[in-house]
Amino acid sequence: MQIPYNEELRPDTGLYNAKLGIWIFLASEIMLFGGLFSAYIMLRVGAPVWPPLGTAQLNIPMATFNTVVLITSSVTMVMAWASLKMNNFGKFKMYMGLTLLFSAMFLVVKYFEYSAKLSHGFTPAHDTFLAIYYTMTGLHVIHIIAGMIVNGYLWMPGSKMWKSNPERFTNRIEVAGLYWHFVDLVWIFLFPSLYLL
Amino acid sequence: MSSQDHHEESFISKYIFSQDHKWIGIQYGITSLVFLLFGFTLMMVMRWQLAYPDTVIPFVGWMFEDGMLSPDMYNSFGAMHGTIMIFLGVVPMVVGAFGNYLVPLQIGAPDMAFPKLNMASYWTYLAGGVIMVYSFFVPGGAANSGWTSYPPLADIATTGQTIWLFGMVFLITSSLLGSMNIIVTIVQLRAEGLTWGRLPFFVWAQFVTSFLLVLAFPPLEAAGVLQLMDRLAGTSFFLPSGLVVGGEILNVSGGGSPLLWQHLFWFLAHPEVYVLILPAMGVVAEIIANNTRKPLWGYKSIVFASVWLGFMSFIVWAHHMFITGMGQGMSLFFQTTTMIISIPSVIILSALFITLWGGKIRFNTPMLFALAFLPMFGIGGLTGLPLGLAPTDIHLHDTYYVIGHFHYVVAPGTIFAIFAGIYFWFPKITGKKLNEGLGKIHFFFSLIFINGVFMPMFIQGLAGVSRRLADGGVSYAHAAGVLEWNEFMSMSAWLLGVAQIPFIINFFMTIFKKVDGVADPNPWQSTTIEWTDTTSPPLGHGNFEIAPVVHRGPYEYSVEGASEDFIPQTKK
Repeated sequence: MQIPYNEELRPDTGLYNAKLGIWIFLASEIMLFGGLFSAYIMLRVGAPVWPPLGTAQLNIPMATFNTVVLITSSVTMVMAWASLKMNNFGKFKMYMGLTLLFSAMFLVVKYFEYSAKLSHGFTPAHDTFLAIYYTMTGLHVIHIIAGMIVNGYLWMPGSKMWKSNPERFTNRIEVAGLYWHFVDLVWIFLFPSLYLL
Repeated sequence: MSSQDHHEESFISKYIFSQDHKWIGIQYGITSLVFLLFGFTLMMVMRWQLAYPDTVIPFVGWMFEDGMLSPDMYNSFGAMHGTIMIFLGVVPMVVGAFGNYLVPLQIGAPDMAFPKLNMASYWTYLAGGVIMVYSFFVPGGAANSGWTSYPPLADIATTGQTIWLFGMVFLITSSLLGSMNIIVTIVQLRAEGLTWGRLPFFVWAQFVTSFLLVLAFPPLEAAGVLQLMDRLAGTSFFLPSGLVVGGEILNVSGGGSPLLWQHLFWFLAHPEVYVLILPAMGVVAEIIANNTRKPLWGYKSIVFASVWLGFMSFIVWAHHMFITGMGQGMSLFFQTTTMIISIPSVIILSALFITLWGGKIRFNTPMLFALAFLPMFGIGGLTGLPLGLAPTDIHLHDTYYVIGHFHYVVAPGTIFAIFAGIYFWFPKITGKKLNEGLGKIHFFFSLIFINGVFMPMFIQGLAGVSRRLADGGVSYAHAAGVLEWNEFMSMSAWLLGVAQIPFIINFFMTIFKKVDGVADPNPWQSTTIEWTDTTSPPLGHGNFEIAPVVHRGPYEYSVEGASEDFIPQTKK
């Protein structure tokens, strides 16, 4: 039994199934992070001083570097998809590899940020600012890791599909890319809200 | 992927890890029926404690210390009754079971858009259910801060609350996967000619419901993450500064807000109410159109009303919070939106009532349940009005009146619609109609006793009896005048349990009944695709031998000049 519109577009909606699926999924993700951003706003509005006295100073240069890294990974992700559209599997492998490399770089920087804070006793329990900082960036890190697992699969074992069903494989990269841009976008909101404002 | 077409399936891939939407629907249905029974049993035990405080419980007393339900256990049972009924019983039933089984069939699709996700959705749901049941056996028992898990209480509650939160994460993930799937299926896999205006109302109801699930559940997931952080990492998202517990100031950083949880929680939980009721309305609409042999009155109006209802349900949540001191401006806004949201519900209900007018009504069991749904949901809706207005809510808040109100919506409302649906689509699944005699016994006794349970709650609630007392109000003078109702309600609840026995007998008797010959694929003479274009039940792995092509609307009953009193949607 074959499910229609897995690869080809449905004429009246102009979509294939997974593309609509990922958009709906991202809508729910927006609500998830939206809930956390609302929590952040409510905590901030309710606090007498923000950030609370005696809290940790976040490392802006490191976060700026990470912002650049993540945006670059988004660009290489698009390039990976575009390479497949241009039928260049070798370039796809390279750009997808770069995407994974930049994602890993983001995590390494984040690791140094976290450990510097934690080693000075700035745990989530210290105050509500650090609590929301760790919760939101932590959830974002989980999203990065999830994206890396999917991208890693598509980079290595999953890329066999390019031979059997190139159209569907290209769609998969597009869908993974949409998710990856979303993860990038979340960071673009997190960075100013937590580090700059 | 032609290799998938005709291969033999092993027992495990066919019945356990099935990717067939029909079988997953059945898995959902059976599991949620078991959970409904379990949640109801918890309540039957609690009702003993309410009717006869501090006496040994018969039959199940051996499970408890001293044979009685301690106040702590009572709280656990209350919290878990709500959680199980809503998240493990009704939602998986109306969306997981009915949605999964019927949506692809009613839109002429070969399966759901993502069969693997569909399977994952069921198994995550089951895992969540197992975690919830497991929480009864941890030290301190299951979650005991109410199904709403309000902090600060929930933040400092026993381990059961942590398990509850983990269980909720699984249930949220499950319904997210399921509802994404339903949306994509409805948008992408409709049969040729099945335009939006020709969708059966049931499909519309599932569509709106799925959007509510996709958009409303994540904020609760966010809130759940925050509460887990509070409980496990020692943060203070929901703990204000200087909170005193047991005479001592709690050793936390403070600075959090208990109201934050309520906002995030009710942002889910109010749309959730419409998740419970919309699919039920969809089921009832199908059955009423079929059994009055008339087109649904005002099809377009009720479709628009359901979309409007879905939209409005996102901006009424704080009417649960009138007495929290969130401010008059907020109360004014939310009571206005709450009054507005009653309009689409009334439109839908009125359209269903008007459909009855002049119809040749067939009073079979599914129709009886569907008919009872209308006034029962009506009572539930109307008694909600005083709760939606801040001045009256101040008096009624947290009393038995609230319990009566929402149970009228969900129990004789949604659960009656579920029974209507089970009686109606049972022949679709098994090829055999459930026994009418037993069905009518089941219906009439259920109707009587369910009103016996919930009607007196309004009386007690108006007298001001709080909903959370383990002794049912014995220790409060103001409750003295209405206490005698406790025994009456408990008796009704147990008799309601007895009234379900004919259903259980009927269910198994019919399944194991031997019938000769080929089953009638369309025993109710219905117009929609799931009856008219499929082969005799039980259906195999594929849905349709030839992809259906739709030529007309969903409710062409008693059309003048037609040879029969119904014209299938796929007839030219």
